[in-house]
Amino acid sequence: MTVEKMAFSKAINSALRASLESDPKTLVMGEDVGKLGGVFRITDGLQKDFGEERVIDTPLAESGIVGSAIGLALRGYRPVVEIQFDGFVFPAYDQIVTQLAKMHARALGKVKLPVVIRIPYGGGIGAVEHHSESPEALFTHVAGLKVVTPSTPSDGYWMLRQAIECDDPVIFLEPKGRYWEKGEVDAEGIPDGLHSARVARAGTDLTVAAYGPTVRTALQAAKAAEEEGRSLEVVDLRSLSPIDFDTVQRSVERTGRLVVTHEAPVFQGVGAEVAARITERCFYHLEAPVLRVGGFHAPYPPARLEEEYLPGLDRLLDGVDRALAY
Amino acid sequence: MTVESTSRDTARSTTTQESTDRPSAGRTRGRTAEGKPTAGKSTSGKPGPTATKSATGKPPARKATAKKATAGKTAAKKSAAKKTSASKASPKKAAPRGTAARTAPAEGPEMVQLLTPEGERVEHPDYPLTISHEELRGLYRDMVLSRRFDAEATALQRQGELGLWPSMLGQEAAQIGSGRALRADDYVFPTYREHGVAWCRGVDPTQLLGMFRGVNHGGWDPNSNNFHLYTIVIGSQTLHAAGYAMGVAKDGGDAAVMAYFGDGASSQGDVAEAFTFAAVYQAPVVFFCQNNQWAISEPTERQTRVPLYQRAQGYGFPGLRVDGNDVLAVLAATRAAAEQTRSGQGPVLIEAFTYRMGAHTTSDDPTRYRRQEELESWEARDPILRLRRHLDREGAADEAFHSALEAESDTLARRVRESIRTMPDPEPMAMFDHIYADGHTLVDEERAEFAGYLASFADHEGN
Repeated sequence: MTVEKMAFSKAINSALRASLESDPKTLVMGEDVGKLGGVFRITDGLQKDFGEERVIDTPLAESGIVGSAIGLALRGYRPVVEIQFDGFVFPAYDQIVTQLAKMHARALGKVKLPVVIRIPYGGGIGAVEHHSESPEALFTHVAGLKVVTPSTPSDGYWMLRQAIECDDPVIFLEPKGRYWEKGEVDAEGIPDGLHSARVARAGTDLTVAAYGPTVRTALQAAKAAEEEGRSLEVVDLRSLSPIDFDTVQRSVERTGRLVVTHEAPVFQGVGAEVAARITERCFYHLEAPVLRVGGFHAPYPPARLEEEYLPGLDRLLDGVDRALAY
Repeated sequence: MTVESTSRDTARSTTTQESTDRPSAGRTRGRTAEGKPTAGKSTSGKPGPTATKSATGKPPARKATAKKATAGKTAAKKSAAKKTSASKASPKKAAPRGTAARTAPAEGPEMVQLLTPEGERVEHPDYPLTISHEELRGLYRDMVLSRRFDAEATALQRQGELGLWPSMLGQEAAQIGSGRALRADDYVFPTYREHGVAWCRGVDPTQLLGMFRGVNHGGWDPNSNNFHLYTIVIGSQTLHAAGYAMGVAKDGGDAAVMAYFGDGASSQGDVAEAFTFAAVYQAPVVFFCQNNQWAISEPTERQTRVPLYQRAQGYGFPGLRVDGNDVLAVLAATRAAAEQTRSGQGPVLIEAFTYRMGAHTTSDDPTRYRRQEELESWEARDPILRLRRHLDREGAADEAFHSALEAESDTLARRVRESIRTMPDPEPMAMFDHIYADGHTLVDEERAEFAGYLASFADHEGN
């Protein structure tokens, strides 16, 4: 049986395992990824099976992790780097933006940088500061990087395998709040393209574009709206750089309304770009302005406030109502 | 569908109207090209903005300093002691901030030296070196030619052919000595000033000019000479070297990886992290720090309270200081370090104690922060002059050699000038190339849009 029900975390683990098995150049590296299996146990058992040379516990130095991964890539390896938490990526930001993203262009294509940077991101787990952030826009703004974020175990498995096979640097954002959700993974199936969006639920009245952790919220909203006689279409963007605007456009041309939702602050976030592009592409189809529902221009709040901060079901439905009221 | 086609038509007609309405001068490519403040734009022969800024700065393109160096000869000669000779050569008064570290480089027992500033050969128990006259001439040739190339590039910047140039003047021994210590399968991660090392690696010097002219960001194939692209952000490349070396070790290879950096970079976190990574994984890296005493305007004592080579100790690998103006000492020390690291004993740090005799770059004005006396004291220790004196003492090179080298030097300079003047600007569409190896739909879209925009000029001009 090729289809297996597994947790999101297990799907990521399986993808790493499959990539380590299929390509001897694949490496897994990061803080605590070895014996411990990572703080989220994503790399559980990998060092035991593939050894310390391929599943590498690194010093606690994020710039060093990414910088040395760049060197390993130049030597012909395909490092898959784990950054322990979203808020810890910033010491590596210089290496990512200044070196990793630009080196292929600097060399006029003569070197490739197949480095995947896995980052558990997003909130809702009651954590302390720096453990719940959504920094995707800080990466999507950088040419040379690809940014993707799966929302289901199946996408977690396949998108990670595709990201590892990709010859470009990929920022791989894992919605940590969804790690323990289960879903079916067909390890012998034919996956969607790494950068294509997916219609997660068909509808006719309004499109909700979501990604990563907010896809589930959007599906819940669609269900709730259905009870009120409104039909929402949910598009899971999956890839944030590039973005599959064609799929969103096709949806909005039918529904005439779009709400974009993400946990990251809405100000100059991914939703702003989606709103601008879709407004350009679908101007004569739109019955309402594109609305965004997401985080505020505030530091991610203490855990006791995060439910207020995060775009939950109620706030999303409120946005849907406002868009439908036009 | 109706709505859609209407909107498209509207868009198209707007474009047409725009191109008709705008003055045609504003729609020609020529205007854009002229007005574009690109560094190193050479068509007009005028310097780019960077160059303009630096024009006030001086110092003009410097020739070989042989003449000036003789002035310091007397002082240098007085010091008879071998290893400490150089320390006495630099008068204390030369130091603008009374820093012994900078003006008395040989002070302290630890600096490896095989040639005194007077060109006298001395022995070091740990770094024996047997070298033929032919090899000596080879090193001399490398230094003379790389200095000539460097001087030519500085001159080309003054003429507006380059937007900027970071001169390596004074660091020839550090670069040629270390560069010639390497094997072909070793791998080099340079800063942006390793023109002499590039020379040793067989990189055509004209390739180094593109980024400073503004036609590319480097663009050479790092793997064709095992010489990575220049890295402008200070210290970043040391981590790439550490990672590359981790890969060498994983492959079971025995190549050494050279990480070049400077005294200023030693303060960067990335350099500290590179030391840590290389040490804990016992990666075959030689960290080669050219302490040229100045990080733009900041002296080494603004970066460190201990001699830089001692930093290695805290990371658990050996460090040593070598007279960076002594090509033989640098050669011997780098060979030994490379051998050591190849044999799996982990990284080594070499601090090559040298001096940046020119400006930081052509945009810099060192007269604002350092004294002429300091420069002169170092000119007395000129690396090329030193080897020349040794050649003379040994009778290792005759006049025919020197005149042939001079001719070769002139030929190189001519070739560099000619190549820069014929170096084409990239086509506008080239900015969309090589952003991604596997493509990206946004890049495709923007490329097509911009191509359409450019094509609209052709349409307009055709009317």
